[in-house]
Amino acid sequence: MATSLSRLDLQHIASLVEEGSRVLDVGCGDGELLTLLRDTRAAQGRGLEISREGVSNSVAKGLSVVQGDADTDLAEYPDDAFDYVFLTRTIQAVRRPDLTLAEALRIGRRTVVSFPNFGYWKVRMNLLFAGRMPKSRALPASWYETDNIHLCTIADFVALCAEKDIRIEAAYSAASNTKPEPFEPTGATLALRNLLAEESIFILTK
Amino acid sequence: MPSTREPYSLLPDGASDVLTLAEPLPLDSGESLSGVQVAYRTWGELNAAKSNAIMICHALTADQFAVEDHPVTGKSGWWQHLVGPGKLIDTNRYFVICSNVLGGCMGTTGPSSLNPATGKPYGLSLPVITLGDMVRTQARLVDHLGIDRLLAVIGGSMGGMQVLQWAADYPERVNAAAPIATASRHTPQNIAFHEVGRQAVMADPAWADGDYYETGARPEKGLAVARMAAHITYLSENSLNRKFGRNLQEREKVGFSFDADFQIESYLRYQGRSFVDRFDANSYLYITRAMDYFDLSRGTTLADTYRDCKARFLLASFTTDWLYPTVESRHVVRALHASGADVSFVEIESDKGHDAFLLDEPEFFDVLGGWLNSVATEQGV
Repeated sequence: MATSLSRLDLQHIASLVEEGSRVLDVGCGDGELLTLLRDTRAAQGRGLEISREGVSNSVAKGLSVVQGDADTDLAEYPDDAFDYVFLTRTIQAVRRPDLTLAEALRIGRRTVVSFPNFGYWKVRMNLLFAGRMPKSRALPASWYETDNIHLCTIADFVALCAEKDIRIEAAYSAASNTKPEPFEPTGATLALRNLLAEESIFILTK
Repeated sequence: MPSTREPYSLLPDGASDVLTLAEPLPLDSGESLSGVQVAYRTWGELNAAKSNAIMICHALTADQFAVEDHPVTGKSGWWQHLVGPGKLIDTNRYFVICSNVLGGCMGTTGPSSLNPATGKPYGLSLPVITLGDMVRTQARLVDHLGIDRLLAVIGGSMGGMQVLQWAADYPERVNAAAPIATASRHTPQNIAFHEVGRQAVMADPAWADGDYYETGARPEKGLAVARMAAHITYLSENSLNRKFGRNLQEREKVGFSFDADFQIESYLRYQGRSFVDRFDANSYLYITRAMDYFDLSRGTTLADTYRDCKARFLLASFTTDWLYPTVESRHVVRALHASGADVSFVEIESDKGHDAFLLDEPEFFDVLGGWLNSVATEQGV
């Protein structure tokens, strides 16, 4: 199970959204982000969540959430059904991140993706010196039990966007327990953030 | 009260409010019915804005006695654990309505009712009815109660089909819809089980082509077999194993006879026997037929059916329900997504099969309660 985003990251993500937006949170967990978006941005929120517990908890809070699988069920939604589609800490847990991303871009005007950066220096050190698959605050599970089957670095993700002609409208990154800061995802800045950032947030359009 | 005019109704005197529709009721078959009676019960108070009304819809063999002891069987209402003062569907807050479906036998017009044209019971001369006809009847009742828009329509199994029909036929009158453990169409397997039941009724000599009311005999054996077969579809293999296993009924070893050796046999026989006291065999034919005809895709797609529907939906299925399995709820969810509706869906873990929607399922209660509360709060109820 991916741990949920920090409160700072969630508040940052919520602040990116215009009042009254139609939003879909893919992998919404217990509906923390949807609740925040509803309460602070008057968003019309919908959620998709694979775990029964997550759906039950969300619906019991009055959120509109459907039990389903991000790998297959985004196909049900019509084109441009949402202003924002959120993939927060989800993309690394799906079977085909590229296809899930393509579906998210189809059904939303903008897609917000966040993921733990596997290029973070502590992760690199861990692998280099301990020779073991890294565990961290963002990635607490062991390799054999983790849901995070498609981990990537910020540089990997930027390369995927280039390859698929996905436009990066904005990129943010954060070290542990700090507020996400915007950065230019090219050249030396990208290389530096790829080393120093523990978490990243991208806003994408088709 | 209907007893004087309806000698073959199973409804005891004065046990239910009964509305007689002033206008003839047009039916999907093209025919129309005059003098339709609708037996119903209400709980709680309708508020001044008439915005707190919830229609709950009953399943195939249930009736309007959802929230009180049944006047025939003495058993508690089928959703008595869910509906009442301070309960999940709180009658201190909501005005709850439940009516016996068209074709039924608890006071609403059905095959055991007298045909006003002949003074004789309808029997098989009653036109075949549909889920659409049932819901049209309920809409007349809602008119009579002075309610334009229902806060919610909620029901399980065939009750869920009525909920789906309400949202399809009266989208402007339904604020929120909760179809539980149900489907938008009957599958060949569903139809097959119903046909077994109908054939069991018709094979009983006492059925007499449906014309048994005045003979004093009723096709009780046939109806009991129909109920036994249907009852199996309401349970899961797990629950049968857990409740009965291969246990023998009050004996140490098998009797080398065709008595009810096994507990499951004894249980099913009891279910069959007790059913015939509270249900009319012809009603069983008519209502199962209505369910078999049910298909909301209407020759196009289900998404088109809900194109204009702004209602909030909650769907729930149960993991071991093989009568209306999760895949059927998902089919509805997909269509609702395509039509842009506001929908929540959860598959509840339960080993109790289809009947789970009538039983103590705390996770289901949490979901339904949270959803209904947010619906009501949004509407200022």
